Amino acid sequence: MSPAIRIAGVTKRFRSLQALAGVDLEVAQGEFFGLLGPNGAGKTTLISTLAGLARADSGTLEVMGHDVVHDYRAARLALGVVPQELVFDPFFSVREMLRIQSGYFGIRNNDAWIDEILHSLDLTSKGDVNMRLLSGGMKRRALVAQALVHRPPVIVLDEPTAGVDVELRHGLWQFIRKLNRDGHTIVLTTHYLEEAESLCGRIAMLKAGRVVALDTTANLLQRFASHNLQVRLAAAVVLPEALAAQVVKCDGVDLELAFERFDDVGQLLAGLKSAGAEIVDMAIGKPDLEQVFVGVMNQN
Amino acid sequence: MEGFKTLLYKECLRFWKVGFQTVLSPVLTAVLYLLIFGHVLEDHVQPYPGVSYTAFLVPGLVMMTVLQNAFANSSSSLIQSKITGNIVFVLLPPISYREFYMAYVLAAVLRGTMCGLGVLLVSLPFASFSVAEPLWIVAFTLIGGAFLASLGVIAGIWADKFDQLAAFQNFLIMPLTMLSGVFYSIHSLPDFWQGVSHFNPFFFMIDGFRYGFFGVSDVSPWMSIGVVTVCFIVLAIITLQMLARGYKLRA
Repeated sequence: MSPAIRIAGVTKRFRSLQALAGVDLEVAQGEFFGLLGPNGAGKTTLISTLAGLARADSGTLEVMGHDVVHDYRAARLALGVVPQELVFDPFFSVREMLRIQSGYFGIRNNDAWIDEILHSLDLTSKGDVNMRLLSGGMKRRALVAQALVHRPPVIVLDEPTAGVDVELRHGLWQFIRKLNRDGHTIVLTTHYLEEAESLCGRIAMLKAGRVVALDTTANLLQRFASHNLQVRLAAAVVLPEALAAQVVKCDGVDLELAFERFDDVGQLLAGLKSAGAEIVDMAIGKPDLEQVFVGVMNQN
Repeated sequence: MEGFKTLLYKECLRFWKVGFQTVLSPVLTAVLYLLIFGHVLEDHVQPYPGVSYTAFLVPGLVMMTVLQNAFANSSSSLIQSKITGNIVFVLLPPISYREFYMAYVLAAVLRGTMCGLGVLLVSLPFASFSVAEPLWIVAFTLIGGAFLASLGVIAGIWADKFDQLAAFQNFLIMPLTMLSGVFYSIHSLPDFWQGVSHFNPFFFMIDGFRYGFFGVSDVSPWMSIGVVTVCFIVLAIITLQMLARGYKLRA
């Protein structure tokens, strides 16, 4: 079975900027894959080369085994892209736009599926409303609907929840999870790391056009993140050197100390006590993707 | 082909939805030209024997309207899509660059033809003229319209902002159409300017189109159709090359 996405040795330069500096990546069919990285890391450029919106200087990209250049028709039929920008055509209603988009992909009489998508995205009542009259959240959902009209096996969502309120974000998560359960391969780029952590089974992190980390979410959390002891002190104290080395965050009387095993917590508390610290509040933080992200970016 | 047909339908629907601006306004503008110039010059100018100035003016205005609106349609649609970003909806699907080109050009020719037909119909009460060679009229409408539609595709892709497109329109398209013999026969010009007019492809489009009505023209319609066809083929090749390379569309 061919991978849903195969990217091999892809480079792309925009004048003096090396946007992609040799990216190799495979996403298996049915995966929920996260593509993370700071602004300018190359995420959108990579998606653009995959979707045919940009052309790679070298390397190959395939969608469901179809080369995006030589076999572009099959590759594009297999791919649905939700662009990052909130773009729309102000001349058309939601339904007109979805019918037109279906036609672009060679599908006529697609109304039954369009109705289903509109229902799933809670847009049924907006079918005949002009795109420019929709709220930002509705436009975002309409963009998702547009990417789905041709039932693509691979769906790429480029920051679909950027600037979206919490309720809508959760609604979109649910919808995207359902798509994945139904067998669609999902590739998600996002700046909300908790979103990637809760949704993605595997994650690639990009920095300066290179993949700097690629593993399952669980492995990344295990390798790069540690638990934190979060304490609030009655007053700031000077910590001994050994204890200070474990401090990952210090904000006046609020401290965060990293530890590997739960057995180490007693030692940390004892160290704080002997340094004269009076603890007024305490919590234990789980390892999270933000730590992983910061760790990976700093390492590279 | 379904992608091409849908893109063609979308482009036609786009201009039809704003028909006041895209069809009725150009017709009104052309009819105003006809009324004003016809009124002022009717008794003073007779370009061809037995043809009144107003009758002479009608085919020129019809063709000018066809050409300007064919250009306006493809160029404005493309630049709007580029600036608003919704061009991605056409670039993401499996539509080839040839289908893309044909859809934009055909929609533009259709708009140009509708506008031209509108001018012709509204002109009927103001001038009496016959149709001597209808096939020439159809040929020049289609090839001239396609030429300007291609130019519109180039301008729409090349321009990064409306200002650049307006410059293209006002400093190239408008002077070339105005100086093409819409309002006069080039035989009324001094020799030098007659010679210069032969370097303006718009002159051949207007002159050949006018031949279809009166059976007389400044140059042979065969020469005009030859020049216009060659110009169109050259422009089509350039446009297709731009689209194949993804110039300013696919980074």
